[in-house]
Amino acid sequence: MLQALLFQGIDGLAAASGLFLVAAGLSLIFGVTRIINIAHGSLYMLGTYVAATIASRVAGGLGFWGGIVATALLIGLVGAAIEIVLLRRIYRAPELFQLLATFALVLIISDAVLWLWGPEDLLGPRAPGLRGAIEVLGRRLPSYNLFLIFVGPLVLIALHLALARTRFGRLVRAATQDREMVGALGVNQAALFTAVFALGSLLAGLGGALQVAREPANLLTDLVVISDAFVVVVVGGMGSITGAYLAAVLISEIKALCISIGVVSIAGMTVNFSKLTLVAEFLVMAIVLIVRPYGLLGRLQGVVRTVAAPEEPMRPAPIALKATGAAVVIVLVLAPFLARNTPYALVLGVDVLIAVLFAASLHFIMGPGGMHSFGHAAYFGLGAYGAGLLVKWAAATLPLGLLIAPFAALLGALVFGWFAVRLSGVYLAMLTLAFAQIVWSIATQWTEFTGGSNGILGIWPTAPFDSRAAFFLLTAALVVAGVLLLRRVIFAPFGYAMRAGRDSPLRAEAIGIDVRRVHWMGFALAGAVCGVAGGLFAFAKGSISPETIDVGRSIDGLVMVLLGGIQSLSGPIIGASVYTVLQDTVMRQTEYWRAMLGAIILALVLLFPDGIAGGLAKLWRGRA
Amino acid sequence: MIRRVPLLAAATLAAVFATPVVAQDTVKVGELNSYKSQPAFLEPYKRGIDLAVEEINKSGGVNGRRLEVISRDDGGNPGDAVRVAEELVTREGVTAIAGTFLSNVGLAVTEYAGKNKVFFLAAEPLTDKITWQNGNKYTYRLRSSTYMQVAMLMPDAVAAQKKRWALVYPNYEYGQSAVATFKSMLIAKQPGVEFVTEQATPLGKLDAGAVVQAIDDAKPDAIFNVLFGADLAKFVREGNTRGVFNNRFVASLLSGEPEYLDPLKDEAPDGWVVTGYPWYAITTPEHKAFLAAYQARFNDYPRLGSVVGYVTIRSLAAGIAKAGGTDAEKLVAAFAGLKVDGPFGPFSFRASDHQATMGAYVGKTALRDGKPVMVDFKYVDGGAVLPSDAEVKTLRPAVN
Repeated sequence: MLQALLFQGIDGLAAASGLFLVAAGLSLIFGVTRIINIAHGSLYMLGTYVAATIASRVAGGLGFWGGIVATALLIGLVGAAIEIVLLRRIYRAPELFQLLATFALVLIISDAVLWLWGPEDLLGPRAPGLRGAIEVLGRRLPSYNLFLIFVGPLVLIALHLALARTRFGRLVRAATQDREMVGALGVNQAALFTAVFALGSLLAGLGGALQVAREPANLLTDLVVISDAFVVVVVGGMGSITGAYLAAVLISEIKALCISIGVVSIAGMTVNFSKLTLVAEFLVMAIVLIVRPYGLLGRLQGVVRTVAAPEEPMRPAPIALKATGAAVVIVLVLAPFLARNTPYALVLGVDVLIAVLFAASLHFIMGPGGMHSFGHAAYFGLGAYGAGLLVKWAAATLPLGLLIAPFAALLGALVFGWFAVRLSGVYLAMLTLAFAQIVWSIATQWTEFTGGSNGILGIWPTAPFDSRAAFFLLTAALVVAGVLLLRRVIFAPFGYAMRAGRDSPLRAEAIGIDVRRVHWMGFALAGAVCGVAGGLFAFAKGSISPETIDVGRSIDGLVMVLLGGIQSLSGPIIGASVYTVLQDTVMRQTEYWRAMLGAIILALVLLFPDGIAGGLAKLWRGRA
Repeated sequence: MIRRVPLLAAATLAAVFATPVVAQDTVKVGELNSYKSQPAFLEPYKRGIDLAVEEINKSGGVNGRRLEVISRDDGGNPGDAVRVAEELVTREGVTAIAGTFLSNVGLAVTEYAGKNKVFFLAAEPLTDKITWQNGNKYTYRLRSSTYMQVAMLMPDAVAAQKKRWALVYPNYEYGQSAVATFKSMLIAKQPGVEFVTEQATPLGKLDAGAVVQAIDDAKPDAIFNVLFGADLAKFVREGNTRGVFNNRFVASLLSGEPEYLDPLKDEAPDGWVVTGYPWYAITTPEHKAFLAAYQARFNDYPRLGSVVGYVTIRSLAAGIAKAGGTDAEKLVAAFAGLKVDGPFGPFSFRASDHQATMGAYVGKTALRDGKPVMVDFKYVDGGAVLPSDAEVKTLRPAVN
């Protein structure tokens, strides 16, 4: 048994090397450019496809080993091109906005790979020279794994030396500390950013290429890899390469341990530890962030003096905007009548309204609160599951289900928020993501209670809301009320206190504002409002399953907020409407709808670097 | 800003409220599937659909009217899928829909169909719940369910007379229910059988080395595998390198389907007992005709998805012809006991639980000229492995 564990430990180091390579690139890029590059997993996936193609076309060692080098260089070039053509144009946008551009790239790259390589998985050849296995502890360890075990530390040492000893490394470290100062000292920032982005992409390509001997290139790699990479980077400490390696080892070893233990009977209860691998990394991340808020080896980051124009204070709506709002409400009330011949308008309308409430509640903590939640789906899901479970287990009717939804979400937001508001920036974002993943895995694994991966079925609106028109009006009423409530709170003393805490925590504390408490309450309120959206969703679809809580929905929320414009209160409303209608329309138009959606988002990103609402406001001011 | 918003809103409203034009001389059915999230299975599936539609219309359509299939991507999740189903029904005006791949999406659409009295033919999802626990009057299912697939492998698993079994499966409903069925069936047929390890791995994120090693350390005589896709390829390569499959009996669900077997190339395992689709060696006239037509049309060989897509449309056409139209109530009645001829031969839709009896091929994996194939296979009719009508009645609480 002990030997088995020890062997699994050695094996785990090979997995750790793979994780480390992707994470290192992401960490470098974030450290210098502060871009959360969601497309990093896509570059990795591109690496697996390119390397597998070269290795199967060119025979022997040259195709495989030469292919790995060529792939890494090629992906590095792709990274440089992305930085020069796209990202450079939007560095002055409000923070996080670049995330939207990289999200569009994820969509485009995944469809491009599908178009170029087809849908079938592509299994590359085994590594020439390292096909077999060697005996270790009476077991067979693949010799390629042994090779991988050494690759990780070698790359770590090489990166460490490059960062410590070269001029480029010094600049990178300086820029990680204070990039404004580096710019002021006459360093060509644009070239530095391009170089760092290319190096990070090269590492992603290398990581992908090295996996070719172990797994097939497939189209799902991008999203699997990106979430793993984020966890490793955050657990290790943003910007710390050594930390990333430690974190990769820690996570890989814990997973190997869970798998090795397998099924165990504890006090009459049978526990299958292998099931824990679904959530192990997020549990580790949550625990590490709670105990060490900046990761294992991370340090408090220097404050980024933002390159974006400072945000103007929010002002109450001018008359014209109020009139527009009133017009929207009138259209909503009349919609069942207008749509009497086109019932689908109401179906789509319900989806749009739910997305609006979801995005508005996320914007409430992201914008005025300054808390970038990457796990807002958790509260949506808690609301939906709260309503769904009540219907399933207590045969509740719609009003009771919708009543419980915000409270279920509120409870979750109070617990998670208490921990989250102790952090800031990207660490807060990742802790919220970890919590969302934990909720997701509970929904997925607790089959007896939540219905497991199939979820809960048969949650339909009860009379008098069981017609399309009635349910639409109910949704409209609740969403308008929710949006107005959030707006009202933003212009109440509480809202001003929240924004004060965002802009200057020290001064806010000095004038007697308990910043953490205010942010905590704001977080809870946003969660509760989001729960209403979740409850409505459950009744609109008649079922609820774990997809509702997965990372994809959280990212959708971010995309809606950023697309609309984070600095405007109408931003999330416009963003959610445009994104939902766009997706619905594009999905019907073309086979390659993801690429088309990505291209449209890219166009919007370049046209409206302040979001659609921000851009429209600028146009309006320019004319007035 | 204010001047623009109404413009944008007006444009949106105009787009949303526009009424589609309905042609009178066509029979329209809706089809939705997770084309973007499951392309390996669904691109061939779409070709199967196209082939069936072309053939049907070339030979005069359905009841003298042209058959039109409106295909949509269901977004790969239940929320979007229900909206797409509603779009097909309310905007395109179809009263019959077909498709879906993932179990949770299939179940959500099943639920929608039952609630809104829309006819739904679930093409691909395997979960037993679609026809049993959550089955309803308006939903039929084409493909052999998880239960049926397991039952098809069971005779070989029992005949192998292995005492210590290791189980490995993706940790979601399909894997869980396959393993639960496997365990209960095997225990019933072979008392005293032991399950020495159970590896429930996250879907698409198999840690192959560790899992393969843990199985080896448990020293099983036999392995039951439910992994598929990229997970399967990783599992097989790692297991081969470590010699884990040597002298061990392996029973594996779906692994003989070209979608999952072909990517393994020369790495494919030897002698696994699998369910699948050996298109290259089926000699029945029905299949030969299908194969010839498919290859002539697409210059590619069919995958199992091609058969599923093709037979889905063939079934719908047969049902519509029998019902005299696409009225949901009439279609439901017509499908009860409906006989269909597919590439695998004739089969029918059971009136008792709305499950089609289309079967699958069970055989052994092998390598021929460096390509993975199924050998020593036989066709197992779905009807032979399904519980009786009386047993099924108790499994469908929602309908009784």
